[in-house]
Amino acid sequence: MTQAARFSACPACDVAPLAQGIARREAEGVGQGELILSLPTAHCAVCITDVERALMAVPGVRRARVNLTLRRVRIDAPGLEASDLLPVLERIGYEAHELDPAALDTGATDRMGRDLLMRIGVAGFAMMNIMILSVAVWSGADEASRDLFHWISAAIALPTIAFAGQPFFASAYGALRARRLGMDVPISLALILATAISLYETRNSGHHAYFDAAVMLCFFLLIGRYLDHRTRAIARSAAAELSALEVPRATRLCEGGEEVVPVAQLRPGDLLRILPGTRIPADGEIAEGQSEIDRALLTGETLPFAASAGDMLSAGEINLTGPLTLRVTAAGADSSLAQLTALVEAAESARGRYTSLAERASRAYAPVVHILALASFLGWFWITRDIRHSVNIAAAVLIITCPCALGLAVPAVVTAASGRLFRKGLLIKNGTALERLAQVDTVVFDKTGTLTMGTPRLVSPERIPAELAPVVLALAAASSHPLSRALVAALDEYLPADLAEVHECPGYGVSARWNGQEVRLGRADWLRVSDDQNARPGISTWLSVEGQGAPIRLDFTDALRPGAADCVARLHRDGLQVILLSGDRLATVADLAAKLDIREYRAAVDPLGKAAMIDGLARQGRQVLMVGDGLNDTAALAGAHVSISPATALDAARVASDMVLTGQNLLPVADAIVTARQATRRIKENFSISILYNIVAVPIAVAGLATPLIAALAMSASSITVTLNALRLRHSKS
Amino acid sequence: MEILTILIPVSLGLGGIGLGAFIWALRSHQFEDPKGDAERILSDEWDDHPRPD
Repeated sequence: MTQAARFSACPACDVAPLAQGIARREAEGVGQGELILSLPTAHCAVCITDVERALMAVPGVRRARVNLTLRRVRIDAPGLEASDLLPVLERIGYEAHELDPAALDTGATDRMGRDLLMRIGVAGFAMMNIMILSVAVWSGADEASRDLFHWISAAIALPTIAFAGQPFFASAYGALRARRLGMDVPISLALILATAISLYETRNSGHHAYFDAAVMLCFFLLIGRYLDHRTRAIARSAAAELSALEVPRATRLCEGGEEVVPVAQLRPGDLLRILPGTRIPADGEIAEGQSEIDRALLTGETLPFAASAGDMLSAGEINLTGPLTLRVTAAGADSSLAQLTALVEAAESARGRYTSLAERASRAYAPVVHILALASFLGWFWITRDIRHSVNIAAAVLIITCPCALGLAVPAVVTAASGRLFRKGLLIKNGTALERLAQVDTVVFDKTGTLTMGTPRLVSPERIPAELAPVVLALAAASSHPLSRALVAALDEYLPADLAEVHECPGYGVSARWNGQEVRLGRADWLRVSDDQNARPGISTWLSVEGQGAPIRLDFTDALRPGAADCVARLHRDGLQVILLSGDRLATVADLAAKLDIREYRAAVDPLGKAAMIDGLARQGRQVLMVGDGLNDTAALAGAHVSISPATALDAARVASDMVLTGQNLLPVADAIVTARQATRRIKENFSISILYNIVAVPIAVAGLATPLIAALAMSASSITVTLNALRLRHSKS
Repeated sequence: MEILTILIPVSLGLGGIGLGAFIWALRSHQFEDPKGDAERILSDEWDDHPRPD
């Protein structure tokens, strides 16, 4: 899909599709019987018809409409659940996930986007009509007709400025109340002063009226506003979608059975049933049951930990093998998850102190413009003693130093850049993230779940004798342990053997009888072999068959994330320092670092250690990019200069990051740095263009030579230049 | 110059129609799925009669 750059009111329509919400009903919340499913793989007309046709064929479905921009389908099916419809889509080959409509919440952003578009439409219409009349005036319309044209322009401009200028007036008023001068104060002043003066001139049949300039200023600046809003809305909506994929529920034991309740309603003392393969919803103590617990997301440790009654578990860990009953000790705001959030907030506020280039520019801009306008007013008044002439010139100065270029320069570049990264699978959540990313000189990676997939893979399947493979497969199929799943995936060409008395011993392994002999698959100590796990990278499990000699060791390694090796190589090539920081064991970490050619690595680092390490690097004057996915990375992610987390990361980690990788591949991280550097270069170029233009235009205005025609030409020329310069970003090679 | 008395209202009227059309399109959610709309043209699902919703 290549699209020509369109120079229209919205230069990025096709860059990053508008993350407008879906319908009015969404603004009011989802109606009864409405379901929203996410369709990550839908991409063409055939997909639309397939999905809609298949869903409409289900009895009870009244309406189904696919939104391809958002890759969602909205279904009106009273009385049906998502679980009834997911298999229907699976059968025709579409992956679908239920979205939690409460987490999507696009109503407000949606309304705001539409509101801005409406104002742009009105300003655009008014601008064109006033321009027609202005051209007539510039071409030399004489007294009476010139005044008529001015009056008609006024009749169009006044309501337009009153309606379309509202966003600026509102935020200028807010800035003044807080005793600040933002960009919007000079903008509002220019709009109001220009309109008032033009009205006064028209009444006294003067020569110059700036109605066209005022409305054009409004139009261009609204476009900048809209681009800004939309970039943020897309990021917000995609981030919300990631959260909406996790519908957090827990199974609580109550009198007379079990009930499924939202996690938010859990109280300390509640007893929860935790099935194998589910995430622990709250901190607690195991009341009964035995299992193995995957703590990778919290500690980065890939080895499962054996837990039994009396052990403490934290929210976010994954129960692997046995059913557990958990007594809640802390839920919601008190859980260890939430305590880390406090750390995150502290670091976030430190990051909030970063002022973007645009902010710094506008801070310098506002006072300079006000002083210039005031100075030219006073100067001319002192020379001519003519208040009308002096005010006219002051207004011309305000208009011609138009911040169009400033107001458009940054949003246009950010939109083009984030659109490009979005297509590659990287989502920018934070407006200043691109600029911060451009300054990065050190990249710190977490290991488990970031450089690796966090799922084990059998290292050398050939070490399993062919006659035993069906037995291993049958044993592995009896358990939902990640290692068992890896075995099932690796041995898919065999048929499982016939086993009797298959029994899973949670936390240890699986035993069964095969042709009358006992076979076991599981932990070394359970099979009575001694094995020092810490000496070797990866994880191992053992297989013993009665009467077949010594048990066989099966080794697993954590599969590399696709693109990880290329990504690290490219970062090295671009002259960045790469550091690997993991909570896992030294042997495993060293092994991976050697594979990826990362020279600097630390193992067995706890969450606070990670954050401290990032702090230390920052104190050395390094600008650190942190890439991580777990709870143990959260504080580090928030403390780093800029941070990225994969979509599979824990919610808390995604919240703490500036960017989210939406795909599996890690390569976009390297792309992002290149793109960010280009974007920052473009932003600075655009500032230079604006400054250059002002250096030329301001003296003309101060000298009193700026006619409305010159103002209009200068203004549109500068706006178009910066927009075109921003669009170069979309087509440059990376 | 008398022609102006006709032409100016005409130009304003035409522009007004355009603005009205834009507002109508915006209000009836026509800008919500640009990609989907572009693709739907290619499907022959509703060629004979419009979709009944």
